[in-house]
Amino acid sequence: MGRYVLRRLIQMIPVFVGATFLIFVMVYALGDPVSALFGDRGPDPATAKALREEFNLDKPVWQQYLLYMGDILTGDFGTAFNGEPVTALMDRAFPISFRLMVTALVFEMLIGITLGVITGLRRGRSLDTSVLVLTLAVIAVPTFVLGTTAQYFLGVEFGWIDPAVSPDARLDELIVPGLILSLVSLAYVTRLTRTSVAENTRADYIRTAVAKGLPRRRVTVRHLLRNSLIPVITYLGADVGTLMAGAIVTERIFNIQGVGYQLYQGILRQNSPTVVGFVVVLVLIFLLANLLVDLMYAVLDPRIRYA
Amino acid sequence: MPIDMDKTDVTEADTPGVPLLEVRDLHVEFRTREGAAKAVNGVSYTVDAGETLAVLGESGSGKSVTAQTIMGILDTPPGRITGGEILFRGEDMLTMSEERRRTIRGDKIAMIFQDALSALNPVLSVGYQLGEMFRVHRGMSRKDAKAKAVELMDRVRIPAAKERVNDFPHQFSGGMRQRIMIAMALALEPDVIIADEPTTALDVTVQAQVMDLLAELQRDFTMGLILITHDLGVVADVADKIAVMYAGRIVESAPVEELYKRPAHPYTKGLLDSIPRLDHKGKELYAIKGLPPSLMAIPGGCAFNPRCARARDICRTEVPPLADVTEPDGTPIGGRSSACHFWKETIHG
Repeated sequence: MGRYVLRRLIQMIPVFVGATFLIFVMVYALGDPVSALFGDRGPDPATAKALREEFNLDKPVWQQYLLYMGDILTGDFGTAFNGEPVTALMDRAFPISFRLMVTALVFEMLIGITLGVITGLRRGRSLDTSVLVLTLAVIAVPTFVLGTTAQYFLGVEFGWIDPAVSPDARLDELIVPGLILSLVSLAYVTRLTRTSVAENTRADYIRTAVAKGLPRRRVTVRHLLRNSLIPVITYLGADVGTLMAGAIVTERIFNIQGVGYQLYQGILRQNSPTVVGFVVVLVLIFLLANLLVDLMYAVLDPRIRYA
Repeated sequence: MPIDMDKTDVTEADTPGVPLLEVRDLHVEFRTREGAAKAVNGVSYTVDAGETLAVLGESGSGKSVTAQTIMGILDTPPGRITGGEILFRGEDMLTMSEERRRTIRGDKIAMIFQDALSALNPVLSVGYQLGEMFRVHRGMSRKDAKAKAVELMDRVRIPAAKERVNDFPHQFSGGMRQRIMIAMALALEPDVIIADEPTTALDVTVQAQVMDLLAELQRDFTMGLILITHDLGVVADVADKIAVMYAGRIVESAPVEELYKRPAHPYTKGLLDSIPRLDHKGKELYAIKGLPPSLMAIPGGCAFNPRCARARDICRTEVPPLADVTEPDGTPIGGRSSACHFWKETIHG
C-alpha cells in the first residue's frame, strides 16, 4: 500500500507540471499584463520596459515559468490587484469555499444516495419515475436559474435567509448556497446510485445472500450497498475538486467571497498572479482528491487492493 | 429483529410416509412482452434423507427454475408461480410466511450455485460470508463464527484454512471457490442441499474432486441432495434416481441403473446415445436432431414430438401422461415412469 501511494505521488508530478505550465502560458503569454495595468492611456515606454524587466516579462516563457514556480515553492504567489499578497486572498477564500464544498458534499451524500437507493430498489414505480424526471430537470436547468430563484423566494420574498452571505460565510449561511451548488452533482449521484443498486440487485451474490436465509435488511445493507456504493464514492471523491473550483456561479449569486469570487475578480482585472496562483492550488486539490479516490477504491474493493 | 435461536420448531422428527421434500405439480411461467413463457409445467418429484435425485435436462428445460422456486429465489416478476406445492416435511413452503420461509432457507434447505466466483460476494472475505450463516441463524458472536468458518474450510479440505479465512473469493482457484460454496451450503447441516450444476464451471480434473467431496459430505450428513445437471457422466456415479426434464416437464424418472440400462423415453435414449464412446471412435457422434422448443410456443401434444423418430399422430395431439412403467408381463418396476405414449416400444424393443 505504501509503495502504491508513493508511486501515485510520483505520477502526480508530471501532471502537475503540465497542467500548471498550460495555465501559465495561457494567462501570461496570451495578453500583456503591463498594458493591462495602464488601461486605455497606454504606458510610457520606459516605465513599461522597467516593469517588464522587474517581472521577468522580457524573458522567454519557459524561463518565466521556472522563475514563477520557484517563487511559488518559496510561498511567494505574487501580488493581487489590490496590493495584497495573493496568499492573503487564499487564506480568506479557501476556507470559505471548503465549507461550501463540505456542505454541498453532505447534501449529495444524504439526499443523493438515499434517493438513489430507494429508486434503485423500486425501479419502475411511480416514486422512481418522479425522481428520475426531477433529476433530469435539475440537470437541465442552469445553476444560476436555480440559485437566483432560491435567493429571490427564500431570501427576498419569505425572508428565511439573508440574500447575501456575510464575509465570514458562517456554516448556517452556507446551507442554501451549498444545496444549490450540490444540485447538479446530487442529481448525478442519485442516478448513479440508482443504476448501481439496480444492477447489483440482479447479481448472483445477492441471490446467494437470499438463499442463505439472511434477513432482507442484511442483504440490502451488507451485500447490496457495500458493492453498489463503490462507484458512487469514487464519484463523490472526484467531485471534491469540481465543487471547490466550480462554485463561481453560486458564489457570485450569494456574494460568497470564496475561491470562485476571487478567481472571477482576478480574471476581470487581468491580474495574472491571482488567476494562476489560485488555479495552481486548485490543480493540486484536484490531484489530491483523485489520489484519495484511488485509495478509497482500493479500500472498498479488495480485487483492486491486491491486484 | 430478534434472531430465532431455537431451531427445533422448524425441524420435526421424520414422519413416516411424508417425504423430506416434495415438489407437487409445480407450474412456473415468465411474463414477457411477447407473452408467457411456460418454464415449468407440472413438475413433481420427491427427495428423502440420504437420497440423491439427479434432475437432468438441457438449458431451458426448467430444472433450474424448479430449484429456484424451491429456494424462493425466483425473480418475481417476471417469474410467476401459477400452481403447485412445495412441501418440506409436509408443510407447503409456498403458502407459509416469508419470515418462516427465511429461517428454512440456508438452515434446512441450502443451495450450491454453479459459478462460485459470481455467487460469492467479491468485497467480503470468505470467512465473513461463511460466518454469516452462524451469526444470522445461530446468533453466534463474530469471533465464534469465524472459528466455525475455519472449521468448515478444513472440512471441505481447503489447505491452510486458518491463514486463508480472511482472504477474498478472487484469491482462490475455481475448485477452492466451489469448495467454499459447498462449505457455505453445508454450514448449518441442512436436511436438503440443492446443487445447481456444481461442477460445470470447473476444469475437468477438478470436477471429479468436487463431486466426490459433495457425495462424501452428503453421505456423512445423510442429507437429501438434488443434483441439477446436464452431464450424464456426473449423474451415473452419485445419483440414486434420475428425473429427466424436457420443456418444463418431467419426461422420465427412474432409478439410475435402470435408466442407463433401458431408457423408457425417446428423449432419454437420445441423450444416452449422444454420449461419446471410445468404442465408436472414428464414427460420427450421435445428436438429437432439432432444437429444444421455445417456451413461448411449446408444441402441442408431446413437446418432444418434432424431434422424435417414433412420433405418430397421437403424439401431436395428446399430451402423454407420466405413466408407471412395467415389465412386458405387467409387473411394476419400482419408481419408474415415462411420459411417452409408446414407452413400451421404447423400453422393450
